[in-house]
Amino acid sequence: MSPTPDAPTDPALVRLIDQVRTAQDEVRPVRIRGGGSKDFYGGTLTGELLELEQLRGICSYEPTEMVITARAGTTLRELEEALSEHGQHLCFEPPRFGAGGAQATLGGMVAAGLAGPARAAAGGVRDFVLGACVLNGRGELLRFGGQVVKNVAGYDVARLFVGSMGVLGVICEVSLKVPPLPAASASVELACEEAEALHLMQAWTRAALPVNASAWRAGVMRVRLCGAAAAVRSARERLAKQSGVRTLEPEAAVPYWTALRDQSDAFFSAPGAPAVSLALWRISVPSTTPPLDLPGETLIEWGGAQRWLYSHASPQKIRETAARAGGHASVFRAEPRAPDFLAPISAPLERIHRALKKSFDPAGIFNRGRLYPWM
Amino acid sequence: MNTQVQSDPHAAAAWVARQAEVMAALSKVLPREALLHRREDTVAYECDALTAYRRAPMLVALPESEVQVSAVLKTCHALGVAIVARGAGTGLSGGALPHEQGVTLSLARLNRILRIDPTARTATVQCGVRNLAISDAAAPFDLYYAPDPSSQIACTIGGNVAENSGGVHCLKYGLTLHNVLRIKGYTADGEMVEFGSEALDAPGLDLLPLVVGSEGMLAVVTQVTVRLTPKPQTARCIMASFDSVETAGSAVANIIAAGIIPAGLELMDRPMTAAVENFVHAGYDLQAAAILLCESDGTVEEVDEEVERMRSVLERCGATRLEVSADEEQRLRFWSGRKNAFPASGRISPDYMCMDSTIPRKRLAEMLRAIEKMEQKYGLRCVNVFHAGDGNLHPLILFDANDPDQLHRCELFGAEILETSVRLGGTVSGEHGVGVEKLNSMCVQFSAAELEQMLAIKRAFDPDGLLNPGKAVPTLHRCAEYGKMHVHRGLLPFAELPRF
Repeated sequence: MSPTPDAPTDPALVRLIDQVRTAQDEVRPVRIRGGGSKDFYGGTLTGELLELEQLRGICSYEPTEMVITARAGTTLRELEEALSEHGQHLCFEPPRFGAGGAQATLGGMVAAGLAGPARAAAGGVRDFVLGACVLNGRGELLRFGGQVVKNVAGYDVARLFVGSMGVLGVICEVSLKVPPLPAASASVELACEEAEALHLMQAWTRAALPVNASAWRAGVMRVRLCGAAAAVRSARERLAKQSGVRTLEPEAAVPYWTALRDQSDAFFSAPGAPAVSLALWRISVPSTTPPLDLPGETLIEWGGAQRWLYSHASPQKIRETAARAGGHASVFRAEPRAPDFLAPISAPLERIHRALKKSFDPAGIFNRGRLYPWM
Repeated sequence: MNTQVQSDPHAAAAWVARQAEVMAALSKVLPREALLHRREDTVAYECDALTAYRRAPMLVALPESEVQVSAVLKTCHALGVAIVARGAGTGLSGGALPHEQGVTLSLARLNRILRIDPTARTATVQCGVRNLAISDAAAPFDLYYAPDPSSQIACTIGGNVAENSGGVHCLKYGLTLHNVLRIKGYTADGEMVEFGSEALDAPGLDLLPLVVGSEGMLAVVTQVTVRLTPKPQTARCIMASFDSVETAGSAVANIIAAGIIPAGLELMDRPMTAAVENFVHAGYDLQAAAILLCESDGTVEEVDEEVERMRSVLERCGATRLEVSADEEQRLRFWSGRKNAFPASGRISPDYMCMDSTIPRKRLAEMLRAIEKMEQKYGLRCVNVFHAGDGNLHPLILFDANDPDQLHRCELFGAEILETSVRLGGTVSGEHGVGVEKLNSMCVQFSAAELEQMLAIKRAFDPDGLLNPGKAVPTLHRCAEYGKMHVHRGLLPFAELPRF
């Protein structure tokens, strides 16, 4: 019954607990790290490394329950290989940041809370976390949630860890809901300007077409349709007739969406990308927000809800523009890194953040400064 | 006034004085008619749909605006008065049970739909708007709000947020959490807070999943932005009979294994089927040991394709009878029994107690066998409906509340179902919440350290413990008294606490 790793028999976990207790006793900050694929992301990196590489492996996988439970250091590659054998997947498409997912880990995926192209249609990391076993700053191993989809017993603490950047504790084990792969998919392409692309992304989703991902950059919009074979086929035919979209062959479409997901697309990485010295901003806004009044190079995803930007505009201007639209802007990648990579939060929320941090990590040892400089 | 207070003249005098003090303070921020203090006026608020638990509140406040909600909270915070937020009172776990020294904050008057945005497919509504009213308002745009708890005609979105309510269709469309983008509310000291945003995420820790399902203990929710879903073009339902619960259970597993996520996947056992057939005359197969309802929705092509796949899996899994709805009328008839499971049970027994645990789907047959044994053990009948797709059980234990011994046996029966669910890898509440009803069972599911962490989270939001105190998370002291805290990692829990 218990998904809790058995402390006495798991040497990796025993050592981890020991390290955390010592760190707490000596008030020595630690920096939690899985595969290090997202070392670039977040605020400052402080403290002695607390490596989770040894805490790996799938604990249980029940395809008929659509639930997988694995230790935090399990790589996304291992996880996805096991799932694909049974026609299931991580439908929120967490970015793997290279190495085909051999570096990025489950724990890091949850702690960063990042999702890929399917986010707007399929949901985010949080929507698929069913339970987690975590280690708080007192070295207590705590299990929240579980391995069932419907669970309202107690506060939903497991999901609080999604996107927590490790500031609350060490994620040791996670249970995820893993839906089936769609029966069919097809991708289409259309040359259009930004405003029209935003309009079409909204219109097609609202028309109950099986839009699973969408992206626009430099005058080209691409949309991926996923679902029952008949639904995908009829949607594609309808879009071809009504909007003149061109079908992308799978040989082109699959690598395109993968590159967006893993941020290996030219926009993110190619030499000569718009001024590599500029910070890459991630702007999260309501999808209906019109083109942002900001100079620079942009890539739009999630039906308009996620906008990537390289810009000469001041951070203040970028943040104000996002906030006015009802969203927020974060520095996703910058050299040197930005300690205040996230937009500030309201005073009552900051008070709650500080109190929560203290409740999990009284000595303040975990990932200092990785989420906010004051945490 | 409760009986304990009534029986002690000093306590009674103190209670009356306190009531007058709080009443005077609240009268400065609320109009006179928005405050109820007479017993005959507050009696309507003494319980929610878990009627076995009743308690009179000290006062009932009925604010009409968010400004008034904030003012009530500030006033109560200054006086150290507990606040129990309440929507429509349809909760099944006693989450809205009043506090005898507290104010019940009825949010039913905050019932305005603020904005429907068909392009963004969102609705922003006040907390007192009824679940179904959101879908009604979105209907002209061919959109609806997907989570559909069976009380959706009456229950409010604020209550849905407090309980993270589910419904028949949440297997495919998710729970309340998956359909809420943003919550506006007030902390215990009356400060405005927003969780989530109209974008797909918000900066900082994601507090939205913590607040959704927190049973009014972390903040008072006044405004909710929900995601709307395009209405499916069509829906069809398969009704399949099985000659054992094992084969029905394995059919459920095989549907999922085939990569199908039905819009609904519900199971009823034979006694339940007999009860509902008697009530709705839908033509259910009374010979079947279990009946499975399996629904597909989407475009016409999609549904045709999926129904064929479902049919072939069900046939392969040994369905003894199988009918596919030919039209909407027939589909609704298939569902009529399932939707009337609770009233039908009310007709065959003076009272029933509805359980709400979740177990891994594969343990379904095992669970039903265990419940059969418990029927013998406690000498009470139990009928079963089951959200089979997501493992959420609703056993209805039949009893007569006028017989104290039956009530007692029923409570023991219920507790054993919950404990068995935890042992099978499940949870004590799938969608109804813990409230006061399942506080003891929480001691079985969580360790002392886990409960203490939850209590610490509560303090982080509400340091003085004024929001719905005593609900959802049991104190360690209570668990020690219950004596059921599970032994965690070989350590005796609460070794430091006195035992009684």
